[in-house]
Amino acid sequence: MNPLIFLIFAAVAVLCGISLVAQTHPIASALSLIGVMGSLAVLYLQLGGEFIAMAQMIVYAGAIMVLFIFVIMLLNAGAESASRQIPLFTRYLGMLLLAAFLGLISFIIQAMLPKTEGVVFGAFQGGTALAIGRKLFTEYLLPFEVTSVLILIAILGAIVLARREV
Amino acid sequence: MNFLQNFLILSLIKAAVIAFVLLTTLAYLQWIERKVIGHIQLRIGPYRVGPHGLLQPLADVVKLITKEGVMPSHVNKFFYLLAPFIAVVLALISISVIPFGPQITIGPVTTWMQLTDLNIGILFVLAISSVGVYGVALGGWASNNKYSLLGGLRSSAQMISYELPLALAIAAPLLLANTLSFREMVNYQDGYWLGFIPRWNVFPEILGFCIFVIAGFAETNRVPFDLPEAENELVAGFHTEYSSMSFAAFFMAEYANMITVTAVATLLFLGGWQPPFPAPYSDFVPILIFALGGLIALFHGLHPARRMDKYTLPATGLVFLGIAALFGVSFLVPVLKTILMALFWFCGKLGVLLFLFIWVRGTLPRFRYDQLMRFAWIVLFPLAMFNLLVTGLVVALTSK
Repeated sequence: MNPLIFLIFAAVAVLCGISLVAQTHPIASALSLIGVMGSLAVLYLQLGGEFIAMAQMIVYAGAIMVLFIFVIMLLNAGAESASRQIPLFTRYLGMLLLAAFLGLISFIIQAMLPKTEGVVFGAFQGGTALAIGRKLFTEYLLPFEVTSVLILIAILGAIVLARREV
Repeated sequence: MNFLQNFLILSLIKAAVIAFVLLTTLAYLQWIERKVIGHIQLRIGPYRVGPHGLLQPLADVVKLITKEGVMPSHVNKFFYLLAPFIAVVLALISISVIPFGPQITIGPVTTWMQLTDLNIGILFVLAISSVGVYGVALGGWASNNKYSLLGGLRSSAQMISYELPLALAIAAPLLLANTLSFREMVNYQDGYWLGFIPRWNVFPEILGFCIFVIAGFAETNRVPFDLPEAENELVAGFHTEYSSMSFAAFFMAEYANMITVTAVATLLFLGGWQPPFPAPYSDFVPILIFALGGLIALFHGLHPARRMDKYTLPATGLVFLGIAALFGVSFLVPVLKTILMALFWFCGKLGVLLFLFIWVRGTLPRFRYDQLMRFAWIVLFPLAMFNLLVTGLVVALTSK
């Protein structure tokens, strides 16, 4: 069951990623990005990172992408036209070369990896909200607080910038 | 493999039952809303189709299906069709983590009255609702109409703004119960203070409950926050260009969101399926209510005020008495009793909250857009923050 779900959502993530680059309309690209994030959330969930999965959905797919879509809608950005025509022969040859290049790279990476056990679904237990909260407030307290100060500065900056325009 | 098969079959059965009940409820919720609004405005509401307009939802469904789906020529076709689909799917999916009752054992099978229990169920509902904005925003944009676009933008801005107080209001009971699972949440609210006050979160968290309900109104785009559909400014807002089934999808999504919000409020603040009195007394309440309702209906049926009442009221009375008898019989069958009691209290609380939604719609006028935004950011958000801080302080001081 698990490998099947993994393959499905990995395929969806890759397809959405390709579509993100290939689409000419910005809204379609943004939606593809949401597809990538959603399928990544499912993969996190499968690996036991349930809190991260939901945070991915709420923060990335929910909050950040809504802003992207807002900006695209308000600017009413239309579809881009391809800047120059690429000859058909070059295009197909390019696809072939790209596939060969990616295959070569994945082969090299696979050969370089240490020969250990692969990922076992359900083996990782540290992804619950409890475990992450405990780590955040004990082991990683300093980075956590520094990040919060950083975000506070960003909020102040946003307010200052917004004020100036009024 | 046997376990997997059992699990699959059981889940399929549960999913089918829940989907059927949910869809029927969605259709009839709309009938109830029209009836209640009608009576608030001294009208009788739908009355022509079936006795007291009871078949009106069916007629509406047939009408919506058989109507021509007009596709305006200027829309972005793919996104125009995708938007209602996203809206309705994301609205219906949340019900899968909502528990309706405790664990039950029927013969060899032991199961929960819930489709699935995620131990991050509450986060799941939040995640789904935060993605749900896309249906509305896309619908408004793809319609390629300035009213739709404004409606969609307003609605998305409103939903994003009110999600903050909503999430903060949810966080306070989570701190008290120390869990993210709905099931654990309800178990935490089991029992009574001083033997008669239920240990529901609504008592220590009354401020949080109010914030949650207000933000819930805004999240579901209901009056007084139904700016995206403000008729006098925006025609019908983001669904101006939609007709037939794609319009029905948006409509269904709105009602499904209402049910989700009320169900979450029930589970987090009102103790889910836990009765408001200790067990031996609370078990007689449904029998009493249904028997009383049945007797009143019978009485008025024997002294009819209108011609139709001679037939409709005795029938209603008999149905009510039958339900009362069913509750009576359930005292002999423990499993049935567990199911019926849990359903009665859960649906009762849900019904009261849904009635509140409808009541408010019949009572309050609409906010202006800037008032709406100011209310979210200047009143509701600091209040929710304050509530969370106080709760956190109390929890930190009282826990060991």
